[in-house]
This record gives sequence, C-alpha cells and structure tokens, in this order.
Amino acid sequence: MDSRVRVITNKKSISEYIAEIWNYNELFWILAKRDIIVKYKQAVLGVGWAAIRPLITTLVMALAFGRLGKLDVGSTIPYMLIVSVGVTIWLFFSQSLTTISTSLVLNSNLITKVYFPRLIIPLSSIFIGLVDVVVSLAVFAGLCLFYQYVPDWKIIFIPLILALTFLASFGVGLIAAVLNVKYRDIGQVISFVVQFGTFLSPVAYLTDTYKTGANGDLLYKIAMLNPVTGCIDAMRWAMLGDFAAFNWNSFIPLVVFVIITFFYSIRFFRKHEDTFVDYI
Amino acid sequence: MTVLSIENISKKYVLNNKGKSNDDLRDTITGWSKKLVNAGRSTDTKQDFWALKNVSFEVKQGDRLGLVGANGAGKSTLLKILSQITEPTTGSIKIRGRMASLLEVGTGFHPELTGRENIFLNGAILGMKKNEIHRHFDAIVDFAGIEKFIDTPVKRYSSGMYVRLGFAIAAHLEPEILVVDEVLAVGDADFQKKSIGKMRDVSSSGRTLLFVSHNLTAVQGLCNTGAYLRAGELIKYGPIDEVITEYVKNVSKFQLEQSWTDPDLAPGNDFVKIKTIRLVPDESHTRPNLDTTTPLRLELEYWNFVENAELNVSIFLYSMTGECVFNIGDEARIYQKGTVKSVCEIPGDFLNDGSYYISVMIVRDRLAPVYFFEDAIAFDILDYREGTEWVGKWPGAIRPKMIQVNSWQTELL
Repeated sequence: MDSRVRVITNKKSISEYIAEIWNYNELFWILAKRDIIVKYKQAVLGVGWAAIRPLITTLVMALAFGRLGKLDVGSTIPYMLIVSVGVTIWLFFSQSLTTISTSLVLNSNLITKVYFPRLIIPLSSIFIGLVDVVVSLAVFAGLCLFYQYVPDWKIIFIPLILALTFLASFGVGLIAAVLNVKYRDIGQVISFVVQFGTFLSPVAYLTDTYKTGANGDLLYKIAMLNPVTGCIDAMRWAMLGDFAAFNWNSFIPLVVFVIITFFYSIRFFRKHEDTFVDYI
Repeated sequence: MTVLSIENISKKYVLNNKGKSNDDLRDTITGWSKKLVNAGRSTDTKQDFWALKNVSFEVKQGDRLGLVGANGAGKSTLLKILSQITEPTTGSIKIRGRMASLLEVGTGFHPELTGRENIFLNGAILGMKKNEIHRHFDAIVDFAGIEKFIDTPVKRYSSGMYVRLGFAIAAHLEPEILVVDEVLAVGDADFQKKSIGKMRDVSSSGRTLLFVSHNLTAVQGLCNTGAYLRAGELIKYGPIDEVITEYVKNVSKFQLEQSWTDPDLAPGNDFVKIKTIRLVPDESHTRPNLDTTTPLRLELEYWNFVENAELNVSIFLYSMTGECVFNIGDEARIYQKGTVKSVCEIPGDFLNDGSYYISVMIVRDRLAPVYFFEDAIAFDILDYREGTEWVGKWPGAIRPKMIQVNSWQTELL
C-alpha cells in the first residue's frame, strides 16, 4: 500500500509546489506527445506541414519585402536566408504564444475533472513549437545547401537563443492563458498580436531598417523593447556568419523582459490556478 | 487505520450581484472605472455562499462510506475538494494512499488518438505510472473487450466501447480509496453490474470506498458508514442505517397523519367531514422506518351529517409518478349521524420501495362521490433485502411475497 500521506489545504509551499510538478513528469511527457500526435494526425502530409509553413512564409515574405518592397540588404548573404531566420524565430514565438495562451481553455475537460499541477499544461505546450522549429531549421539547412552557404561555429548558440525565445513567449503566454480562462477576449487579442507582429518585428527586414526615415531613432528605441527583435537579432548573429554583429541593444531588453515576465507570470498563475475550475 | 481525515473543511463561493455579470473584459474595465468614480460607496453586493461549513469526519481503512444529502447539500463540492479539483477555503484533509474516482470515466480521452494511446494518456491523467500501465495493459484491453479496435482512433468507437475502455482503465488503477459518484444512474445494466462488482472487489480487498448516490437502496446495500450533509453541514455521521434514517426523516414529505377536532375546520362538505386519517405500521414492526416488509394499517374516521346515509369508502394508492397502484372499497352500509371509522390493512411484503400517496373517497348510494380527499397521506417505503447480493433498484410497482415461484428438478441427466 502506498503510505504517502497527502495533505489538502489552501496553503502550499513553493518547494511542495515544485516537487509536485516533478512527480507528474510522466503526465507532462504524455500530454506533450498527445499534442504533437494530434496535430499531424489524419493529414496526408503529416509533419510535412511543419516544413511547408516556414518555406512558403519565407518565400512570400522575401517576395513581398525584397522584390516588391525593394528592401534588398545588399549583402553577400542571400536575402532568402536572412528572411528564413526571421521566419524561424517568429513562427516559434507565435506558435508557442498561441499554444500556451489557449492551453488551459482547450484542456478544460481535464481541469474540471481531475487534479494534477495545472502548470503542466502550459509547460507541455513547448513541444508543439519545438517540433516545428526543428523542422524550420531543417528548411534553413536546405536553403543553405541551395545557396551553397555554410554557417560558422556560432550555430552552437542556437539552442540557447531558442530557449530565450520560448521563455519570452512563455511569460506573456502564461498570463494570457490565465486571463483567457475568465476573459475569452484574450484569445482574440493574441491572434491580433500574432497577425501584426509578423510585420512589426524584423522578420523580413533588418533591425537597422527602423533607423531610416523620420523619427528613425525613436522608432528604433521602441523596436528594441520588442523581445522578438532581440531573439531575431541574436539568431541572425548565430546563424549568418559575419553578416550581423551581436546587438546588445536588443539583447539586454530581451533578457530583462524574460526574467521579469517569467517570475511574474508564475506568481500570477499560482495566485489564480485554484479558481480555474470556477470560471473555465 | 485512518485513511482519510477531514478537519473543519469549509468552502466559500462569492456570488457577485451586480445586475450585470463581469464575464467579459469590457464589463470588468467599466466596473473598475465605476469603482474609481464611486470609491467608497460600492454598488456591488457581494454575497458569500458557504457550500461546506466546518465538515469534519474520519474514514478508516476498509470503510465503505455512503455520502447522502439532497441536491445542493455539498456532496459534489466535498468530492471536488477530495479529488483536489478545487481547494478548501479553510481546513485540511489528510489522505493516505491513492484516490481514484469513477466519476472521471474516460476523462481526457482524445478522440483522435487510438485506444492504445488513450490508455496511456488516461492512465497518466489518473496518476498511474508508465510501468504500471504496461503491466495492466492486456488486462485493461481484455476487460473492455476492444482487442480488435485497439489501434483505431476512439472517435470511431461506439459510446459503449468508449465507456467500457474508460471504466476498464479506472478499474485497474487499484486505488486505496475509490470514489464513486452516481455511476449507478448511468450506463446500461451491464455497466452497472460491472461498477457494482468493482465496488464489491474494492471493499472486500480491504480498501476504502466513498459512494455518493441518491439511490438509498444501493447506499444501504454497499456501505457500512454514512455521512449526511444538509446545506453544507454535516448533520449525521455514523452507521449507515442511522444516517439513512436521519436523512429520510429530513427529506421526505412525510404525512402519516392528519386530524381535526373541530368539524368547522375539517375538510369536507355538508354531508361528510374528515376527522382523522392516519397510516400506522403494525406493532410487530421494530425498525425505525417503513420498509417493504412492514405491514401497514390505514385508519380513517369521518363525521357523517346525514341520517340514514348509505356510504362506503374507496381508497386510492398512488405511486410517486401518479400511477394508481390499487383502488379498493368496502361494502356500502347505512350509517346514522355521527362518526364512522374505516380500517384498511396493507400487508407487509406487498408494496415495493418508493414514495406513495393515498387519497380517499367517500361514496353515497354506491355511485355518487360525496367527498374526495386527495393526497391525504404521503409516505416512503424503504427497501429491505435479505438473502440477495443484488443492490440495484427492484423493479415493479409492487413486490408481493404472497405470489410464490416454485422450482424443482424435473429430470436427471
């Protein structure tokens, strides 16, 4: 007989909280697996879609901004590759943000019926974006082959930058997920953010583009506050050889943003998780 | 050994009465701004609602606890707190061992996933470890009877297969404490039999059962202790018979007797008026409640205001659903002015368990109703069983023992 004694009260210490999440690690993996299986089930192309999306997005962006918008950067590195890096980060960020912010509502049948640490649900959302980002990187590798381009050693920083990107989406996404339980308006807001973010973030152009034109400096400063700018800058630095210098202007705000939103969002989540059942 | 101890558990819900609910963002924001404007003189009325108030009891290992109470008494809230879906406002609960609930049959099944994948998913959701699921995998598939469809997405399952698979997983969880909420009310006969079988297994293997049901027969048959909740408070905790007695006394619209001493106030008309009507159990009955074995006696006394009236009484017994179980009358006789008494004996082992109503009619000259006294008596009959393991609802409007079935061997092979 299992002789562990569980105590149910309305007070739980932070160490108990973390230990409990750890106890449920199997559920975490199985929920992650479920999300991935379900996403590509009953589709002829299956995971192939994870490759088609970044590829088409990159092509369209490159066409729209490069050819039609005449936004060529005049570099030895093909414009397609520059866009591809932006698209990889943006798709990962927006995918994670959307999945996390809707995760609680989509799993309401679990939340109202069985107990487990609620944080497992948004945490396990990482994998759905992770699969996509790995495939996106494969697409990037394919483009490199096509353009005969070889990235340098800095690509070892890719996992770190992806982790920062996930954390940037996690903090905001978690707060949105909690609010979404009570106010479904948040789901709408997030879809707007994702829609406009593609153009407001330097996905298909360079960060320096902000500087051009009237009020360029102000615009540049504002753009630095966008955490995705930091992610894309860092990723371009890591993946495109000598093309871009490391941009501390966007990286420091990103790290500050991640630290603040991460801790605040978890506190916010803990404060509200008991009432999910009553509102969902 | 105490496996479950509940100490001073209370649960508060706050009801917001704003005239307008703040379920969308706009209302909340306008609500905030209103609050700023009317700072100090809030127009909101917040009402506390206590779904549970200081409930405390302990459950020992191997106990089969029946939780009874009317709708809204707090049974579901207590179960929700026990299964940690929602936290108590005050108090604490100590649970030794794993608790599983048959309430969640099939919870978390994903329609796109196959039976195999869902077994692992659902098992993990219910708190099983991976190796445990592997160990029970074949047994689960076998119990559910879905070998052929194990790699088919469950969205193509029939609803029966779906429920069977969900139940099979829950049944192999081997919890120390099993919580069952009203499963007897859902599913087909086969499913009910399986759930009851599972509950019997649980109790016979020394594990603990928590059973919530409105079916008092099933509660009485399965449980040894009971807890009666009313409006969030624990009214009675103890041996199941005492708890059910208390519960029945509280809820049923018992009306076993009506009597009037003043004819002016009594129901009736210029010809007859009711003096007394009562239903009493036979003296031989010693248990506190009326049950199916109890012989009953209906006594009616009325004033007759007409000299030389030829009267007889007609008694109607209705079931709860309004069907007339029987209608019987006596021989018409000539009565003088004064009071007339009629007595009707209803034998034990005749009525089935359930709620009944009695109406009486006084008839003149064998054909003309003089007065129809409707719903004069209301009573409940509890179930009483011996020598059977079966606890499902006994069918039938009546359960007469005087009709016997005799069987004998006719031939030897």
